[in-house]
Amino acid sequence: MGKTVVLVEDEPNIIEAISFILSRDGWTVHTHSNGDTALAVLETRAPDLIVLDVMLPGRSGLEILSDIRAHTALAQTPVMMLTARGQTKDRERALELGANRYMTKPFSNAEVLVAVRELVDP
Amino acid sequence: MSNSLNILAAVCAGYAALLFLVAFVAERAAKRGRARWLNSPIIYTLSLSIYCTAWTFYGAVGFAARSGLEYLTIYIGPTLVMVGWWWVLRKLVRVGRAQRITSIADLISNRFGKSNSLAVLITLMAVAGTTPYIALQLQSVTLSFSVFAAAGPQDTARALDSSEATAFWVALGLALFTVLFGTRNLDVNERHHGVVMAIALEAVVKLIALLAVGVFVVWGLGGGLGPVLAKIESSSISQWEIAPSRWVALIALSGAAFLTLPRMFQVLVVENDDERHLRFAAWAFPSYLLLISLFIVPIAVVGRSVLPAATNPDLYVLSIPLMSGETGLAFLSFLGGFSSATSMVIVAAIALSTMVSNHIVMPIWLRLTGGGALMAGDLRNVVLLSRRFSIIGVVLLGYVYYRLSGGGAALAAIGLVSFAGVAQFLPALLGGLFWRGATRNGALAGLLVGFVIWGWTMFLPSFGPDAALSAAVLAQGPWGLAALRPEALFGFVGLDPLVHAVFWSLSLNSMAFIVVSLVSFPSPLERLQGAQIVDVFKHSSGGQRWRGGMAQSEDLLLMAQRIIGATQAQKLFRNAASAQGLEGYLPEPTPEFLNQLERELAGSVGAATAHAMVGQIVGGAAVSVDDLIAVADEAAQIMEYSSQLEAKSEELSRTARQLREANEKLTELSHQKDAFLSQISHELRTPMTSIRAFSEILRDAQGLSREDQGKYSSIINAESVRLTRLLDDLLDLSVLENGQVSMNIEAGNLCDVLDRAVAAAGLSGRLSIMRRREREQLPITTDLDRLSQVFINLIANAHKYCDAPAPELKIVARAREGRITIDFIDNGLGISRDDQRVIFEKFSRLGDDRESGAGLGLSICREVMQRLGGTISYLPGQGGAAFRVALARAN
Repeated sequence: MGKTVVLVEDEPNIIEAISFILSRDGWTVHTHSNGDTALAVLETRAPDLIVLDVMLPGRSGLEILSDIRAHTALAQTPVMMLTARGQTKDRERALELGANRYMTKPFSNAEVLVAVRELVDP
Repeated sequence: MSNSLNILAAVCAGYAALLFLVAFVAERAAKRGRARWLNSPIIYTLSLSIYCTAWTFYGAVGFAARSGLEYLTIYIGPTLVMVGWWWVLRKLVRVGRAQRITSIADLISNRFGKSNSLAVLITLMAVAGTTPYIALQLQSVTLSFSVFAAAGPQDTARALDSSEATAFWVALGLALFTVLFGTRNLDVNERHHGVVMAIALEAVVKLIALLAVGVFVVWGLGGGLGPVLAKIESSSISQWEIAPSRWVALIALSGAAFLTLPRMFQVLVVENDDERHLRFAAWAFPSYLLLISLFIVPIAVVGRSVLPAATNPDLYVLSIPLMSGETGLAFLSFLGGFSSATSMVIVAAIALSTMVSNHIVMPIWLRLTGGGALMAGDLRNVVLLSRRFSIIGVVLLGYVYYRLSGGGAALAAIGLVSFAGVAQFLPALLGGLFWRGATRNGALAGLLVGFVIWGWTMFLPSFGPDAALSAAVLAQGPWGLAALRPEALFGFVGLDPLVHAVFWSLSLNSMAFIVVSLVSFPSPLERLQGAQIVDVFKHSSGGQRWRGGMAQSEDLLLMAQRIIGATQAQKLFRNAASAQGLEGYLPEPTPEFLNQLERELAGSVGAATAHAMVGQIVGGAAVSVDDLIAVADEAAQIMEYSSQLEAKSEELSRTARQLREANEKLTELSHQKDAFLSQISHELRTPMTSIRAFSEILRDAQGLSREDQGKYSSIINAESVRLTRLLDDLLDLSVLENGQVSMNIEAGNLCDVLDRAVAAAGLSGRLSIMRRREREQLPITTDLDRLSQVFINLIANAHKYCDAPAPELKIVARAREGRITIDFIDNGLGISRDDQRVIFEKFSRLGDDRESGAGLGLSICREVMQRLGGTISYLPGQGGAAFRVALARAN
């Protein structure tokens, strides 16, 4: 029985790519593409891992991250942030808010797989 | 007795008639302007000889007989002033002319802000100080009469009793002469050519008389120069010890009095016609003094040896020729003494009456008649009348003093009382001339202190014990306060009473003047006058400036006529009017004219009164803002400096503001650049992420279905196209923004361009386009491809973003005045007000639709339209999203 991951991302092709990679690795992948409703989805799914894009329609990935860390049930869930904006400022901010991993697009598929495995099985 | 007295009376009458004649002729000549000889420096110098009064003529011999060479101090003082202080005199004369000064009271009050209280005080002091002096002249004339009358100098005491009547008649005669010649007319310049001429003649007479007596004494009685010198050598006069303190005090006193005696001020400053006369007088007047003092000692020594011991040495000059039977010489000598006395009384009376009339009578009269200076008849007559009564009053006061003092005191002693009295003006005068920091309050304080001490230590005691002050007060002080004893103030015993009085009065006077000046603050007018008088050589014209906005020229003329006479006033006004280019008698009341008028009036009624009168008419006699600015150079400098500072600080704050704005702009630009780079990064990385992910999947993943392979390859292809388009847009925008693009302008038809754009937009058929082609038949001359690019963008946007169930786009072309507008209106929800402001910015992609486009489309449209000389704007309130493209119409 594989672990579950929720991917919050708005770019359809990227959703497709990541879903493909993680499914092949044995994950159960749920996707969501709206920032405003993301937290509710996360509550319902209670995943083992969250992959969160920074630039989302509605609430931004960083805002959702701080919600997660303030949420009793989700606070301990590992979060991996994805961003296309290559600024160190964003990275620092994300780590400050409690992200476990921060990954800049584009990334290699192998990189993603290593990262998610580490986050769930330390 | 009666015989000689009758002859004497006849001689006096004849002499008086001669003086009248001289004065009359001089006056007429002056009036006709043919009086160049009147302006000679010789006349000026001779007129200064009124310094030598009967006191000098008779008293010097007495002085020498009693105190040895000390009498010389009275000549040394003025000589030193004349020679060493010519620069003070020059300044006095310059100020006197520049400010039209009529008297010493006028000068000092003028200097200290035209203060009338100061003028009143000085006038009172001058009257008090001069009264003993006039008494002295009366006494000397009376004595000389009595010498003749008694036919023997031994009987002077008895003769004195019968001569009180003589003194009265002499006083009256002098008063009449002065009234006749001193107030014949109200001269604008306050110059009395007739009087000056008469006293110049008298100066000659007294010099000749004294020299004649001297020559007679030396060569007629003394047996030649040698024996007389030997006699002097052996006499007590040569052995008389010189008391240094008395010498210093007397020299200082006579020097001070030379400047401050009202009559000296009158001839020295007021009657001065030409500043250059001072240069001549600087050596001529001391020479005159030398000559007149030449035979004093021989006369005293010889007189003592040939006359009985009881003879009054004050009358040796007269007694010696009488006793020797030289009646002619005696008459000449009498005339010399008479000349000395009369010239002094005449000039002193004129000077004092000017002061009394200008500073006391006229202000009171003006106040009593209130603002009615215009209504109350001929002011000129009032002035003349007050002058005349003042003259009579001054001379009579002298007579009263003469009666009260009993005529007993030695001539020299009375003279010194006067000197010390008027010397009190010196600190205020010199301070006023040279010290800008001197203030009115300081001058008032100094004068009051000096005056009180002088009165207490000198004037009152001069009446003798038990006359004005009781012997007890003199000996023990008032209420037994020894510190206040009149002749030993503050316990200084043993000083000569004269030295004592001069020392205390002048030093405390000066101290009060300086201290109060330092602690008090001058009014603006004081500062203005101070600046003008102290710096008289810098700006020799002036006076406080009037602002004559509401002045009535006619009122001014009425007033001026009453003061300086109708002819004079009309001439003045007509000249002023023609100088302003006006016809008739009424000039504009400009500040210049008002100042000129004030100066003219000041010649008749004094500066303070003239100022007050002009002020009454002009209104707002107070100092104007302009005056305040003109007050002092330093004030102007301070203002200049501060305005420079202000300008500088304004400049600084402007620069600072500019810098701040530039900084804000730079910061904003920097933010925009960061945001732009961040956006670019995002736009580039997103497609690259997909490309990389799927290419890796294709490469690495085993067992992919053909279907998936095709799908992922298509994604890679689509994302590559997206990347390419983004790069194209970026390059396009960059080129447009830098202005590097060249437009391909050609003629065309709007309808054709729209057709092309609709076709190129690649519509899927979901969006219906509504056009009215007949209205689109408009010729245009522009870059047709670029315009088409704009249209494609707008149509594609509508296609992508219109959220209506049945989306449609209305394209409306209108030919307007000088331009063509093409509106693109869809039936969606439109764009929110906040977003409307940013849609033309780069990467301002709205909402959550990210499927295509990099958010650069509208930015490019805006740039293109700008290049084409047109505009693109959002058109609010149209239901859906609405854009208007406008371009200039082709000719």
